[in-house]
This record gives sequence, structure tokens and C-alpha cells, in this order.
Amino acid sequence: MTIVVCRCEDVTEEDIVEAIEEGYDELEKLKRHLRLGMGPCQGKTCMLIARRILGRETGKSVDDMDTPTARPPSQPVPFSLLASPEECEEDE
Amino acid sequence: MSEEYDAVIIGGGVNGLGTAYHLGKKGSTDVVVLDKSYLGYGASGRNGGGIRQQWTSEENIKLALESRKMFEKLNEELEEDLEFYQGGYLVLSFDEEEAEEFKENVKRQNRLGVESEFLSPEEAKEIVPELDISEVVAATFNQSDGTIYPFKVIHGYANRVREMGIEVKEHTEVTDIVTDGEEIKKVKTDKGEIKTDTVVNAAGGWSSQVAEMAGAEIPNVPVRHEIMVTEPFERFLEPMVISFKHGIYFSQSEHGNIVGGIGNPDEEPGINQKGSLWFLKTFSDTLLDFIPRFSAVNMIRQWAGLYDTTPDAQPILGSVPEVERFYQVNGFSGHGFMVSPMVDKVTAELVMGEEPSMDIERLKVERFEDMDIEEEGAVVG
Repeated sequence: MTIVVCRCEDVTEEDIVEAIEEGYDELEKLKRHLRLGMGPCQGKTCMLIARRILGRETGKSVDDMDTPTARPPSQPVPFSLLASPEECEEDE
Repeated sequence: MSEEYDAVIIGGGVNGLGTAYHLGKKGSTDVVVLDKSYLGYGASGRNGGGIRQQWTSEENIKLALESRKMFEKLNEELEEDLEFYQGGYLVLSFDEEEAEEFKENVKRQNRLGVESEFLSPEEAKEIVPELDISEVVAATFNQSDGTIYPFKVIHGYANRVREMGIEVKEHTEVTDIVTDGEEIKKVKTDKGEIKTDTVVNAAGGWSSQVAEMAGAEIPNVPVRHEIMVTEPFERFLEPMVISFKHGIYFSQSEHGNIVGGIGNPDEEPGINQKGSLWFLKTFSDTLLDFIPRFSAVNMIRQWAGLYDTTPDAQPILGSVPEVERFYQVNGFSGHGFMVSPMVDKVTAELVMGEEPSMDIERLKVERFEDMDIEEEGAVVG
């Protein structure tokens, strides 16, 4: 059975286990190696699951793991909302 | 931990790991690379992945040209798909005076072997059809420039150097460099001491702190630069687009995301890697001036990293006057990734006492004392 952990970037449980075996044994490294949590949801769905997999595979406590910094914006925002009103042209 | 190595490299970014890789290729594997965090925590893991040869100083042009050639072979060497995409760099000018300078830059670049071209606004629009050229005066373009995925390069180097037998220690912070007269004796870390007589300072934004530990002085100052990424979509943009006037750069990665940043001329120097609202607004405003069609595209993340800046925006390489066998690979001022292959090769040669493949006398720290410095004029972001 294939379990998709990161839906934005199509990362499976198997991908994560394999990457941990290759030495990507921190969330920061898994993120950069697999693009885990780098899609539109920014890890809201997958990071907690990935932590548990990392804990299970390495024996590390999930409480001791560094979590990648949450970055703004908290959800995807179109440039038209961020730019000054006069900069925005109608999009077809 | 009490150990002994032939050389200690401080900084697990592209230049620290790249120098280790070139040392390893020469058979020198009694080397340790230290990073206070994870690999690529600094600018190597925070930059836009641009590979550009269109520079103004002769040193930067040569370093970037040789490095681009090396990047073209790096996939094979590191056994990793580095996502190097040579869609070119399109440099836009918005005033006549700058356009004249661009003509001179192209001449100098061509003379040194970079095949850049001077373009009209209409020719620029042929390369990026969605570009608003109403205020563009001229442009330059170089097809063999492009972008790369920085993490793959870092991990590729790390995997290969570990296979060679070189140690890479993360979460190991250097706290002091002990010297006796002009000789290095050991490196102290939060995990113990390491005996060595050779240290490579590849600490990016923290380089001047590291130099100070050894009793050496370099003029580097860290300055925050912010960057963002959008959701990925089908290829829409071939080249990296930049403007020195606006301080903006943006490109589309192989994965499909638009990655871009803009410099804040009022940024206070210091170690700060947080994002700001100023950036979100200014970048969005400027990007939509360039390509109005992006208005509906979603930004998904913003972050920041440090430019390790020098007074002439050129790197500091080689030895220092105060301490023997203390080699600098820092001060890249925002373009350390794109020149790394050649810089790292030369640094490994210096560490081994070999004749360097490129003359770096004008890039040593002594230039600020006794030479006329030529400031690099093509820094962006």
C-alpha cells in the first residue's frame, strides 16, 4: 500500500523512509531533499506525519526534533492582494 | 571529542563542502567540515540558485565563466540531478546611461569569453513575451547562464565527500581558534577540541566572527536579503530576469516555482534572517510592473538569508597576513554559489601548496590596504 504523506509534492512514506536511510535524518534535511512541505500547504498536512515517521525510524523523540520555521504567508496569497492597488491589472 | 585533522573547514555550505570535495579529489581526506547547524543553513540553502557570468569585474567574470563550465559537468561528478537549467539571464536597463555601461560590460565579457549580447527592448520581449517593456531601454542576455537547485548541490557534495572518507559534522559550533604566534594549534567547538594547523573559513555571514576568533581581520559585514517562492506551474519563463535599478531578480525553477527577491537599500547590517512585510509589498509591486500577468499567481513562502558583503562586492580568498594556513573563502556579497566550483578548486590548491589555476592575488584581503580596488557593479537583490 502506498501512503502519500505530502500531497502537494507527492512524497510517499516510502520516499521518506528511504531518505532517512540515506542520511537525511532531520526534518530540515527531508524537506530540502524531498521538497516535503514545500508546496502550497507549506507542511501543514505532512510535517506532523513526517515527524512521527522520523521518530519511528530513528528512535528520536518527536519532542526533541527541530521543526522547520513556519514562514509567511500562512496560506497562498496572489500577488494582486499584496501589491498596491494601482499595480494590479485585471487578469483574464 | 578530541581529534586531529590535516584541515578543518568551517561552514557546511557550498563553498566549505566544495573545498572539501576538491581536497578529497587530490587525495587529501584527513579533513573535517563543521557546521553549527544543518548543511545549507546559511546562504547556500537560502539563495535563488542563479548562475550568472554577466559581471563587470574581470575576476568575477573569470570565476563565473570557469564555474559555469564546471557546473555543466557537476551532475555527472556528483551523481545527482542538480536541476541546472540554462535558460539564460536577461538583464534589463531602464536608463540610457546604464545602457551605455551595459555595452561596455558586454565588450569586456566577450573579450574574456562570455558570450553575452546587447539587446533592444523588443529583442528582450522575444525572450520573455509577457514582459512589459514600456520603460525598458536596453538589455543584455547570456544563454549559458541559468539556475540550479542549491540543496541538490550541497547534498551531492556532502554525499561524495563522505564517501571519500572526509568527516562532515553538523550541529557542531566553533567557539574559538587557538593560535601560537602565527600558527594555528587547534579549533575549539561546543563538542570538543580538534588539533589542526590549517583552517578554511567558509562561514558565509558568520565569516568575520570566525576570522576574529583566529585573531585575523576581514572587512565582511552580513546583510539580510529576502526572497520568496510561488506555487509551481508549467514553464512560462525561460531566463532569470534581473534589474540593478530595481534590485529585483526572478526566475522559474525546473520544478516550476517562480523564485525571486528584491534588495532593500535601507537594510541595516546584522544577522537577521526573518521576513518582512516591506519585502512582500515591494517585491509584489515591482514584479507586477515587470510581468502584469503574474497578478493571479500565489506566493507560498518568503524567507531571508545573509549576503556576506565586502567593500568592493568581491570575494575574499586565500591567506591572511596575521595567521598562517588560515584560508578565506567568504565575502561573496550575494554571488557565492555561482562562482563556487572555481573558487573551491583554487582554495583546495592553495591548501595543498599548489600553484592555483587562477591568480587570486587581487582577491586577497590585503587588497583593501595596498591596491586600487575595482568595485563590482553588477550586484542584484
